[in-house]
Amino acid sequence: MGTFKQELFARPLAVINVGLHAFAESVAAQGGAVLDIEWRPPLVPHLRHTASGLDMDQANARAVRRINDGRPLLVGMGLAGETIPAFHKRLILHSGPPVTWERMCGPQRGAVMGALVYEGLAKDEDEAAQLASSGSVEFAPCHHFGAVGPMAGIISASMPVFVVRNETFGNLAFASQNEGLGRVLRYGAFGPEVYQRLRWMRETLYPTLCEAIVHLGSIGTPIDLRVMISQALHMGDECHNRNRAGTSLLLRALTPAILRTCPDQERAAQVFEFIERNDHFFLNLSMAAGKACLMPAEGIEGSTVLTVMARNGTDFGIRMAGRPERWFTAPAGIVNGLYLPGFSAEDANPDIGDSSITETAGYGGFAMASAPAIAKFVGGTPQDALETTEAMYEICCAEHQHYTIPALNFRGTPLGIDVRLVAETGILPRLNTGIAHRKPGVGMVGAGVLRAPAACFQEAFEVLRHDCSPRAE
Amino acid sequence: MYREAAVVVQWHIRTGEYHDSITLMQTAQKVTRLPGVRDAAVVMATDANRALLQSAGLWNEELASALPTDVILVVSADSAEAAGNALSQAELFLAARPEAVACDRGTGRPVRSLRGAMRQQPQSNIAVISVAGRYAAREAWQALNQGLHVLLFSDNVSLDDEIALKKYAAAEGLLVMGPGCGTALLNGVALGFANAVRRGPVGVVAAAGTGLQEVTSLLDRIGTGITQGIGTGGRDVSESVGGITMLQGLSALQQDPNTAVIVLISKPPSDLVAKRVLGQAGESAKPTVVCFLGSSSPWQAQTNVIRAATLQEAAWFAAEAAGRSGSAARAELARDAAEQRGQALELRRQLAPGQRWLRGLFSGGTLAAEAQVMWRDLGLKVWSNAALDSRHQLRDTALCQGHCILDLGEEEFTVGRPHPMIDHDLRVRRLAQEAADPEVAVIVLDVVLGYGAHADPAAVLGPAIGRARALASESGRTLQVVTSVTGTENDPQGLERQVQALREAGAVVCGCNAAAARLSGELVLGLKPAEERG
Repeated sequence: MGTFKQELFARPLAVINVGLHAFAESVAAQGGAVLDIEWRPPLVPHLRHTASGLDMDQANARAVRRINDGRPLLVGMGLAGETIPAFHKRLILHSGPPVTWERMCGPQRGAVMGALVYEGLAKDEDEAAQLASSGSVEFAPCHHFGAVGPMAGIISASMPVFVVRNETFGNLAFASQNEGLGRVLRYGAFGPEVYQRLRWMRETLYPTLCEAIVHLGSIGTPIDLRVMISQALHMGDECHNRNRAGTSLLLRALTPAILRTCPDQERAAQVFEFIERNDHFFLNLSMAAGKACLMPAEGIEGSTVLTVMARNGTDFGIRMAGRPERWFTAPAGIVNGLYLPGFSAEDANPDIGDSSITETAGYGGFAMASAPAIAKFVGGTPQDALETTEAMYEICCAEHQHYTIPALNFRGTPLGIDVRLVAETGILPRLNTGIAHRKPGVGMVGAGVLRAPAACFQEAFEVLRHDCSPRAE
Repeated sequence: MYREAAVVVQWHIRTGEYHDSITLMQTAQKVTRLPGVRDAAVVMATDANRALLQSAGLWNEELASALPTDVILVVSADSAEAAGNALSQAELFLAARPEAVACDRGTGRPVRSLRGAMRQQPQSNIAVISVAGRYAAREAWQALNQGLHVLLFSDNVSLDDEIALKKYAAAEGLLVMGPGCGTALLNGVALGFANAVRRGPVGVVAAAGTGLQEVTSLLDRIGTGITQGIGTGGRDVSESVGGITMLQGLSALQQDPNTAVIVLISKPPSDLVAKRVLGQAGESAKPTVVCFLGSSSPWQAQTNVIRAATLQEAAWFAAEAAGRSGSAARAELARDAAEQRGQALELRRQLAPGQRWLRGLFSGGTLAAEAQVMWRDLGLKVWSNAALDSRHQLRDTALCQGHCILDLGEEEFTVGRPHPMIDHDLRVRRLAQEAADPEVAVIVLDVVLGYGAHADPAAVLGPAIGRARALASESGRTLQVVTSVTGTENDPQGLERQVQALREAGAVVCGCNAAAARLSGELVLGLKPAEERG
């Protein structure tokens, strides 16, 4: 028997009341300290141990410790085909869980077609569609290659990617460069202006940024994305639907290095202009940072914490730390959104993109309280933004050690989505996201919020329950 | 021409809303009292509650769609207007959020989890858990994981869960009081059903809730007071749990510098647990009063261990050991007993021929046990739904037979109804039923005050006692009603005020439960059927 914590008798009683409110009222009537919880019954039994006897809470604690300990640094860039291990010329990575060409949604098809033209594998979009359906192109989720892509999430061999290294654990994560808003490949658009931009990004933007990034690394001051995200969260970003502060911070950090490494002043100016005109330029780095931090939690046996939430516009998929190979999927949801002029909900494709890695890593929609400027997505008022974040604490088993929210008295953001808590509370993760047109070739039509679909969490929970020691329920 | 008024039934389902059972029962009770309302139910739509609605005739198929996480409101009334009014009143009552519910300082959103509560009140050291049994273990684990001691009021927690929780807690140096622990007094704060007891040198560990209330209240009244009152839950002293919490509590009080005398209260524990507890009691020099209520097995007493047969004895022996000045405890007890014997003779003379039975209507389980111990020792055969001796187990609890005591806090009486310490409706009805029996000589009631209990029991029981006595008197009988009040002057209900009101209603109010039992027992001793009299 452990030594009894005798200080119970030495300190004034401070009660947490769970259940009958009358008991809390009695303590308060005696002048005692009491906090009364507004308790709700869980919808499913609480699982504690796996059949092999592993304590799920302890496994989750290990998982979130690893996520918290991650230190994502921007260390370089390269062309996907030369940089991402096992890449090949006929491989196209896409966002979300695995999907065949036949089931692929419009914008993702559009982006695949555009990428095949961009790669020179097809002369036009029609030929690209034929090629894609011929079976001679391999499709795979970005997540299977340590990569993440927003929206359609297409990465092909000659697209440049950022390389983010998790300094603590040594793993790498990759993400493409952000093209900006409107008619862009990641929203499913194709056509000359799209290819022209992609080419410029490969021939001008990429070498300029790459040299600057390598230079910063060589003088011992690589860009620390964890620091940048935590600053951006204090500057009104949630680092998913709002990246204005993050982009500004990135530009500020890159400017001296670009000026030192870029011999052509006009080229440097074009790069600055491109980034300055794209408030979301930082998004892809925010995503790669999240991916880099979540990867070390994969494979922690018994952990029920999510390491991936991703959508391909057809399916929504999640993966748990304790079962890193398995996708649990459900049909992708419809986004509750605000639309660009000329578009409406009828034009919207279901939820799409790997950018929900930000929510999985403890920011994005989960840090909505940090971003009152975009509160209109969640109801309109800063109070709505606070409540959005507050609700996410209910389904997370931890708080982020580095990412804090000023409006919540610098509380850590909700971190570590626990499948069990989602099943018990019925509260589904809230995601922020952009909205793509459902037809190939059109592009962005709006942005908004939605909840992850319940079915994939229920399926994951049933698998956990099945593998649970019966007594521990 | 007489025409029977049609009954109108209306209902409403509130989806995805949760309220604790007391709130729901209080709501139903308030609604039932509205004009024109015949019956009402406000329940979570669980399978058990569906069955209740069916048996009450309030069910209809349109309620079938409700989920266990929905609230069902059903009202039957004399008119559509009355039913509609009742439903809207019920909704208003449910919508009111108790003031004590904590909200997050940042968002104003109510705190929903123990983790959230810890952040808001980081100095927390105990969780009081009273959610439905099937959820209670989960909350208890969360509390232990946060380093909190636990008072687990909830019943229906599995034995396996209890053992696992207690073993883990013991290894961490934490207490799990319960499951089924209704009472604790820690650092001067009454938790659950407990009384406002003065601080003093006596520490108590009890596997019996109203036992803890009775002993601590008596210690307050004697003038001694307590350091801590630790509950364990009744199953703690069973062989399978092994008295984990009782041993832990005992050890904590042995180490506590403010505790000079220890009292242990329990219904008879398993032999193994009794041996362990007594063994550990002997390891400290502190005088330890042990009351294993109803135990007849002999045990070897160490020099510092004092055996008490009743809760009354436990309180007096503890006070004496703690250095109370004045006459010896045994002299006080003897004087008290003599007084009741005298009083019994007096009350007996008022009885009509044929009045001979004793009927106890109790709300406190330990108090009912103490009364049975005293009656057994007087040689009375007393039937009960919670009989000490299984040969006297009452089969049909709807009807009393012979000498009989009902523990109305037992499960068969509390399904879908508040505990009799909160709601006296059932006792009031049973009181009338027993009063109508011409063979009944005396009805014994316990009245428990304190936090958690009914706000003014005498206001409900007093008139009921008056009516019962009047009913008997109309038939030429004198029905004796003997009560005792468990509580202190500082309780929200006020001991003296309650005693006065009960006396004014015609009850004999004794100084403690044992005294009430002795008085009523002596009163019926040797009474015969009518034809054998004279």
